[in-house]
Amino acid sequence: MNVDIPTIVPLVNTTVVPHGPDPDAPKPFAVLAGFATADDLIVATRKAVAAGYTRLDTHTPYPVAETADAIGYPKSEMGAVMLVGGLTGALAGFFMQYWDNAWGYSLNIGGRPYMSWPSFVPIAFEMMVLTAALSGFFGLLALCGLPRLNHPLFNSKAFDRATRDQFFLSIEAVDPKYSSTETLAFAAGLNPLSVEEVME
Amino acid sequence: MHPLVLKKHDLVSVGDAIGNVVLDGKHPRGWWIGFLAGFAMLQVLAVSVAWLFYMGTGIWGINVPVAWGFAIINFVWWIGIGHAGTLISAILLLLHQKWRTSINRFAEAMTIFAVMCAGVFPLIHMGRPWFFYWLMPFPNIAGVYPQFRSPLAWDVFAVTTYFTVSLVFWYIGLVPDLAALRDQAQKKWQRIVYGLLAIGWRGSAIHWRRYEKVYLLLGGLSTPLVLSVHTVVSFDFAVSIVPLWHATIFPPFFVAGAIFSGFAMVVALAIPIRHWYKLEDFFTDHHMDVMAKVMLATGFMVTYGYFSEVWMAWYGHSLYEWGTTIERIFGPYGWSYWCLLLFNCGIPLTLLWSKKVRRSELWLEVCCVSILIGMWFERYVIVITLSRDQVPSSWGRYAPTFWDYATMVGSLGLFFFLFFLFIRFLPMISITEMRELLPKKQGGGGGHSIMENAP
Repeated sequence: MNVDIPTIVPLVNTTVVPHGPDPDAPKPFAVLAGFATADDLIVATRKAVAAGYTRLDTHTPYPVAETADAIGYPKSEMGAVMLVGGLTGALAGFFMQYWDNAWGYSLNIGGRPYMSWPSFVPIAFEMMVLTAALSGFFGLLALCGLPRLNHPLFNSKAFDRATRDQFFLSIEAVDPKYSSTETLAFAAGLNPLSVEEVME
Repeated sequence: MHPLVLKKHDLVSVGDAIGNVVLDGKHPRGWWIGFLAGFAMLQVLAVSVAWLFYMGTGIWGINVPVAWGFAIINFVWWIGIGHAGTLISAILLLLHQKWRTSINRFAEAMTIFAVMCAGVFPLIHMGRPWFFYWLMPFPNIAGVYPQFRSPLAWDVFAVTTYFTVSLVFWYIGLVPDLAALRDQAQKKWQRIVYGLLAIGWRGSAIHWRRYEKVYLLLGGLSTPLVLSVHTVVSFDFAVSIVPLWHATIFPPFFVAGAIFSGFAMVVALAIPIRHWYKLEDFFTDHHMDVMAKVMLATGFMVTYGYFSEVWMAWYGHSLYEWGTTIERIFGPYGWSYWCLLLFNCGIPLTLLWSKKVRRSELWLEVCCVSILIGMWFERYVIVITLSRDQVPSSWGRYAPTFWDYATMVGSLGLFFFLFFLFIRFLPMISITEMRELLPKKQGGGGGHSIMENAP
């Protein structure tokens, strides 16, 4: 026979966190430094990379290619994604016509062969363009993790200007070299307009 | 070298000049006139389409032999207008033409709306438009599939692909600007709406790198696409055996005509809009000048096409080709051929040589409207050829009815309605690309174009 032994609930919450930070307190996401010009940002990014930081990103109102190079992101995958997408579409488009007109619903048009491939070229081409474009679009969103409704960086008030007139460098907390105090001090040493630690 | 941005703009002033048009909610009287006129004409479309669905295509003037009538004239006219947008956004991107930057957004929007207007016509021309999905191959109980050796089936794929790809290209271009508007907006609803549309864009370096690559590749895909679309449209005619339609010059001739009329529409819209919104700093006289030169060049290509048609008919020694040519020029519809020559060649190709005309708002507008009318007549002349087939027993007459005209006016209404809504709610010039275009000492990217940094 099983007897449920009631758990004794203490009347007063005696749980005490002996050491360490409050687990509910916001964790740092990144150190964010804003610069006035793209050139300043490029210099700062190169310095941060030279200092050994690896989990970096920059946020700019228009593309600044040099920062992506400095971060070590030299080539995008999008070409491969769109190539595969386009070829798939072209083959599928061609096969669809072949199947429909030669097998599924064979039509004799002026005695032409069922597999009259030259007349299947335009649609195969259009399907290639369509699927390449759609795979580019959805591939871009998927790889960038978009769409998303929020991002920790939007917690920063200054970050509004990343789409306007400032150029931001973020050193993320997942970086093994990250430490709130040291990274803040390092970022402040890059001569930014503003520097802050953004919480998650 | 003409400056592409006048005055001393910086990153903030570019965003304000373009973005505040949308965010302020204050609109000049011209906007209201255009919008309300478009809205009123849209009602004409609603009424004529409703009447058409109730009565059937018998309310139009179409008959046998002229079975196509206004529906295909307007279809080809609209889709041709749309092509200039893709030309500006894709082909000029690949050719490093930096002046495209201030007009590409605007022209791409025009493309999308023009293709929508074009798409209306084949759909409502079907006797039973509710079966429109029969155009697409899909597994069905009857086991029936489209006939893929027909250019009409190619057209379905070409136009739907063109619309989808144009929309994707346009939206991808808009995302960074929507993010800029989200951050620039003061009102809460604007922050929410533009924030949702901006899908969380934060200008990350890695995102930009992928973005630029996609943008470049979409430009590269759109270039053959735009040529293929109008080629396929011309195949609708050229693959038939109707005299003067069955010609190998049709694809390039149609593409040149499409660009001719499309640029005319872009300039015809840009002139009043830059005036109302005081955007002369971005749509400069130099832009107008360059676009007028493109019109001049494509106008001569089209004129060569007219020459070639007559020449080949004569040189080919085909009784039917030559007979139909004489009927086209001097027959019962000869007046439309002369209208075509006047509006497409006579007026623009003489005036546009002059730099004064190319830089005068009024005269350039006159040329553009003339080209738009002329290109409409070109399609009219081509379609009306059906009234003079090989055998005189199959000759006939064609006269459009009130409802033909009403539907055409209505499609203009749909276009203007959508276009003025676009001006109201979305940035009509790419803020991001204008910032990239600014010189470095004004905070910009020094005219770095997307092409140059897309590894």
